[in-house]
Amino acid sequence: MSEQPQFTIRVDQNKFLPEGGREVHAIVSVESTGGPPTAARPAAAAAEVIIIDTSGSMSYPDAKLHAAIAAAQAAIDTLRDGVNFAVVSGANSASMVFPAQPALVPADANSRAMAKRELSRLKAQGGTAIGSWLRLADQLFDAHQHGIRHAILLTDGKNQHESAEELDAVLARCTGRFVCDCRGIGTDWEVAELRKVSSALLGSVGLVADPRDLVADFQAMTEDAMGKAVADVSLRVWTPQTAKLRFVKQVMPSVEDLTARRTESGPQAGDYPLGAWGTESRDYHICVEVPAGEVGKELRAAWAKLVVPGGPGRPEQVLATGNVLALWTDDEVQSTRINPRVAHYTGQTELDSAIQEGLQARKDGDLDTATARLGRAVVLADEVGNEAITTLLRKMVDVVDLATGTVRLKKNVDKADEMSLDTTSSKTVRTRKGEG
Amino acid sequence: MTEDPSVTKPAELSCPICTEVVYAGEDFCEACGHRLNEDAPSPPPEGFSPPPREGLTMKTTPSARTAGHEAASSRACTGCGQKAIDADGYCEHCGLRQPAERDHIEIELPGPGTGPGGDGAAKAPAAAGASDRGKRYSRNEDAIALAVHAQGVAAVVCDGVGSSPHPDDASRAAADTGVAELVALLEAGEDPESATRAAALRAAEAVAALAPSPSESPSCTYVSAVTGPGSVTVGWIGDSRAYWLSPSPDGGAATEAGTESGGGGEGDDGPDTAEFALSEDTEDVTELGPPRQLTDDDSWAAIMVAQGALTEAEAEAHPNAHVITAWLGADADEIRPHVRTFTPGGPGTLLVCSDGLWNYFPAAEDLAALLTGPAGDPAGDPLGTARTLVQHALNAGGRDNVTVAVIPFPGAAPLPTPSTEHDR
Repeated sequence: MSEQPQFTIRVDQNKFLPEGGREVHAIVSVESTGGPPTAARPAAAAAEVIIIDTSGSMSYPDAKLHAAIAAAQAAIDTLRDGVNFAVVSGANSASMVFPAQPALVPADANSRAMAKRELSRLKAQGGTAIGSWLRLADQLFDAHQHGIRHAILLTDGKNQHESAEELDAVLARCTGRFVCDCRGIGTDWEVAELRKVSSALLGSVGLVADPRDLVADFQAMTEDAMGKAVADVSLRVWTPQTAKLRFVKQVMPSVEDLTARRTESGPQAGDYPLGAWGTESRDYHICVEVPAGEVGKELRAAWAKLVVPGGPGRPEQVLATGNVLALWTDDEVQSTRINPRVAHYTGQTELDSAIQEGLQARKDGDLDTATARLGRAVVLADEVGNEAITTLLRKMVDVVDLATGTVRLKKNVDKADEMSLDTTSSKTVRTRKGEG
Repeated sequence: MTEDPSVTKPAELSCPICTEVVYAGEDFCEACGHRLNEDAPSPPPEGFSPPPREGLTMKTTPSARTAGHEAASSRACTGCGQKAIDADGYCEHCGLRQPAERDHIEIELPGPGTGPGGDGAAKAPAAAGASDRGKRYSRNEDAIALAVHAQGVAAVVCDGVGSSPHPDDASRAAADTGVAELVALLEAGEDPESATRAAALRAAEAVAALAPSPSESPSCTYVSAVTGPGSVTVGWIGDSRAYWLSPSPDGGAATEAGTESGGGGEGDDGPDTAEFALSEDTEDVTELGPPRQLTDDDSWAAIMVAQGALTEAEAEAHPNAHVITAWLGADADEIRPHVRTFTPGGPGTLLVCSDGLWNYFPAAEDLAALLTGPAGDPAGDPLGTARTLVQHALNAGGRDNVTVAVIPFPGAAPLPTPSTEHDR
């Protein structure tokens, strides 16, 4: 087992509550340091499965399939020596591209060359059944459950050749078994559908509008996966018996509500899966409702711990801990102060909701709601300093008055721009512009 | 039996919630009703060492005894009663942060003849003290120390100066040093006034020694009180105070007919508000009758009042009211303790306190009035009185740390010999 990277947990909050106050908010920042693998700290075992959509639509235009093949080849070149990998093609069902047998093989010069050669022979034909592709990937990862397990899934269409229930069943089976980053190419795929997959499998979702951008994107995803040092990290949250955990949300690098992902892990404690970690930091917003206490009383309202499995036959390890506190005071100056980071991420969570609601209303033809919600989003994006989202929003709406959030929906909106806003709405920024 | 009354032997069993003494075989605490451990009550936790000197009994909160982590699991939460306190001091059940050792402290100094395993006819304690963090501050920067000496009781209360670094260390060092020196000097035959002065100076040295550099000087106030046969000597630097509280002439408090000259001296000597010894010690001995303040603050407010620039009420309302003009610390000017000796004309109570109490009840008469009712027996139950006074300050707002020492006068007969601390 390689040495664990160093993890730290930092808690940002205003622990002071007014008399009778019950709601405790905190931003829990988890950061790991340690840098790239070294001789002293060898890289963690890793497994990678690349899933390429080869449904018939991938050849309309042909550039999509060619880009997908080139991107997968670039990803293979990015794999470290020794990483166990496979390439899968997906249509009405999944089939092995490389190796021929359903298994992973270690990356070396020879296996890379063979895999790339097999990729170049791919033809586009048939339909789209994403669940069946994931089922094969899951089977491939079966023998490699200790270590980093990462998949890339590329598709260009809707999941038309299996039922939503079938996909849900596969997702339920695969959750926690591997991490999957999903990419949609073109504009004929469904953002919500692919987000469901990436969200369940703790990965990202993204739109690659231009096939020419696919190579760089695959390379980046694979590099990121190779940079992971530890798999299956969990955030364990303890709360007092008299308290209620209202929510646990990832708020950086993107908004992801983890509340429903809880698995009980001990008395008054539950684990929230975070997937694999490299040298990176992520922030979580925790909200706990506690019974009101007397002035002067101090409570540990939540105890956050970063937990990793200890490897075969070894106990799990707690790598870092942090306290979320509640301290009742009659000093209003203290109790009314809002922690800036809590406010910042609350704003971005609301921004994500405003965009999602606005886009949905627009699709449903409820233009009043769409205008109001996207107008609110314009204000929030400006407030939190999320310039990427501001840029995308302005492709959807004309801003009449920024102060009041008065906007007009644009008449002609590029489908790719709309999908891009949809996939980007949950992406957050760490600090407002001009700060930090 | 001449059983040594000190607690150098294993401590008594006590209720984990309220610290009341309990006996093996009892299922519930007689005092608070808490269900006691089904198993044999636990022995004192490791790390609980007997007080350093005889007669200095620390009766502290349950958590205070178990500040060491090794004893953590045996503590019961002061909120929910579960024995699940983790190493960080939080209850694993309800999350409550357990009081720190100094958050709430109670001390009772046994009177002569009191002792565990005695005949049960325990005599009244010699003195008691209580100290509380209050409701606003995150820690208790006050300190208190009590001890008996051959002729009576010695008490020191110190209040850490909030604007200095580690004021809690300063007050602790000053109180411990002050009391230890007082007892040593008195038992070496020093007279109370010179012992008071010398002990204050030693305490000042101890505090000054804490400063890592001249710009970082932990600082505190200091007030000491020494009782002896027929006399009371107080010494102070800063704005912690000593008061003389006596029963009102029309009764109300416990009477101690038959001791000394009961009730004498009433009306002899009213509160002497004109007497402001800001730099000079008063060498005259004053007889004590009705309640009065025995010390005069080294504070900006006191100077303003003494100069006639402000009335007492105006001074107390001023933002500078709590600015002190003398303190213990490496950055202090030359330390010149004020020392005064008084002769009580009858029984009463010597109260030594930090400003956490007197901010709410500055007048001696008001403090005396608090001693009527259930806590009106300072002679029989000084700890009850100390607790009640602290509670009054908390009820009034508890904006500062609150510390009080309650010393009944004349108190029980002094111990026959002070040096009986030997295991047999």
